[in-house]
Amino acid sequence: MFGEIVKGLYTTLKHLFQPPVTVQYPEIKRPVRNRFKGRHELKRYENGLEKCIGCALCAAACPADAIFVEASENSDEKRFSPGERYASTYEINMMRCIFCGYCEDACPTQAIVLEKSYELSFYDRASAIYTKEMLIVDVPVNGRSTPQVVEPGIFNRAIPEMEDPK
Amino acid sequence: MTPGQIALRALIVGFIIAFAVITGFAYTTLLERKLLARLQARIGPNRAGYIPIPRRGGGKERKLLAGFMQPAADAVKLFFKEDPQPTMVDSWVYNLAPMLAVIPAVVILAVIPWAGKINIFGAVFEPYFAIAPGLNVAVMFFLAITSIGVYGVALAGWASNSKYAVLGGIRASAQMISYELALGMSVLVPIMIADSMDLGVIVEAQRGGWFIFLQPLAAFVFFVGALAELQRAPFDLLEAEQELSAGYTVEYAGMRFGMFFLAEYMKMISFSALTAVFFLGGYRGPFVDQVPALGFVYIILKIFILLCVMIWVRASLPRLRYDQLMSFGWKVLLPISVLNFLLTAIFIVLAQEGFLF
Repeated sequence: MFGEIVKGLYTTLKHLFQPPVTVQYPEIKRPVRNRFKGRHELKRYENGLEKCIGCALCAAACPADAIFVEASENSDEKRFSPGERYASTYEINMMRCIFCGYCEDACPTQAIVLEKSYELSFYDRASAIYTKEMLIVDVPVNGRSTPQVVEPGIFNRAIPEMEDPK
Repeated sequence: MTPGQIALRALIVGFIIAFAVITGFAYTTLLERKLLARLQARIGPNRAGYIPIPRRGGGKERKLLAGFMQPAADAVKLFFKEDPQPTMVDSWVYNLAPMLAVIPAVVILAVIPWAGKINIFGAVFEPYFAIAPGLNVAVMFFLAITSIGVYGVALAGWASNSKYAVLGGIRASAQMISYELALGMSVLVPIMIADSMDLGVIVEAQRGGWFIFLQPLAAFVFFVGALAELQRAPFDLLEAEQELSAGYTVEYAGMRFGMFFLAEYMKMISFSALTAVFFLGGYRGPFVDQVPALGFVYIILKIFILLCVMIWVRASLPRLRYDQLMSFGWKVLLPISVLNFLLTAIFIVLAQEGFLF
């Protein structure tokens, strides 16, 4: 019996002289894994146009019914995205979202991507709803912000030529 | 000195020591949390208060002693917490029990010698520095007072009108009574060797060598008995969280719970001090005869080391089952201490009669 007690005491004493494993969270953040599914982002093309075309396939795929999409018509004078329509309202209720990533799979233009941010806390239920302005990424360096005025006949196709999966 | 002067001096010294030990209690909780965390490869509380050390070149400042204000934060939290009293409790006993737990914990401090004969600003403390120096029944006093401590626990469990609290209280009384015997038996050994119940005489008898080298078995039994008496791990099954949520303190909140906490940690300090006095030479150490004030340093150092050992044991050992606790107390510790006591008595008689050496 005493052998085991001494062994136990030695085990804990060993840890006293090892550095603690604690990560001091708010100051030090551990990087997330490659395939981590965090907060969504709505992506843009290189010229600044939004990838989202307002098709609401993400809302249809969502098992938690967390996404609400409302589409409006594009025109060449006020163009948000390629093709006929764009998402004039895009809301995700982060309290309903289960971060399954089905919306990402459903998206025909790869507009919605679950990124690495995971610090989603809020003081009231209303601020759990993330609007399009909060979700969309910044305009790329060489692009212009939406709505854009473009020459007619260029952005007719809503779904881009997809690459083969690698 | 007249009796009035003695009483006044005891009052002043007692005031100072009681407040010093209450501060010590606050920092014992921090020590426990910090050391326990390090033994479990964690960091422990490090948010409340730090000493900023600026880096040269305007870098981010270093934080020294991070978390040293944690006891103050805990105290503020305990004081401002709502203190609800459950319905159907025995109100009078319910309010009395925390006081009954704290008072013995404070009263034990009366007999502990903190330093040898010392002259502080012209006031001579002899034969040693304590609240009640030269008490010739000091050991009996300490055993009696620690036994009273069980009333606070048992009454708290009974008055709370809760089955968990009652079970905790019953376990506490059974455990403390069982381990008291082994504890008393192991204390008898230093008494016999020093031939006195005065703690100062026991300390002075360890001039030649600490009793822990002479009587390692008695020291071990005393330390284990003290752990059981203090209801600390691995004998903390009267507040076993998994079975009894928090045992006898389950219906207490706020500072009334804080008082049980205070009692437990102050008893930890006093039992460490008594272990130091009985087996580790108390305030004695190198050069203590030339500079008596070193006695304070030595005994505080010994208390600190013993507290660390208690925390280390808590971090390492799992809790005993109740029948294991009882059989360990009655079938192992008590026979060991009785045999040790008898053998010591025989050897002392043989030495006195001149059959040895």
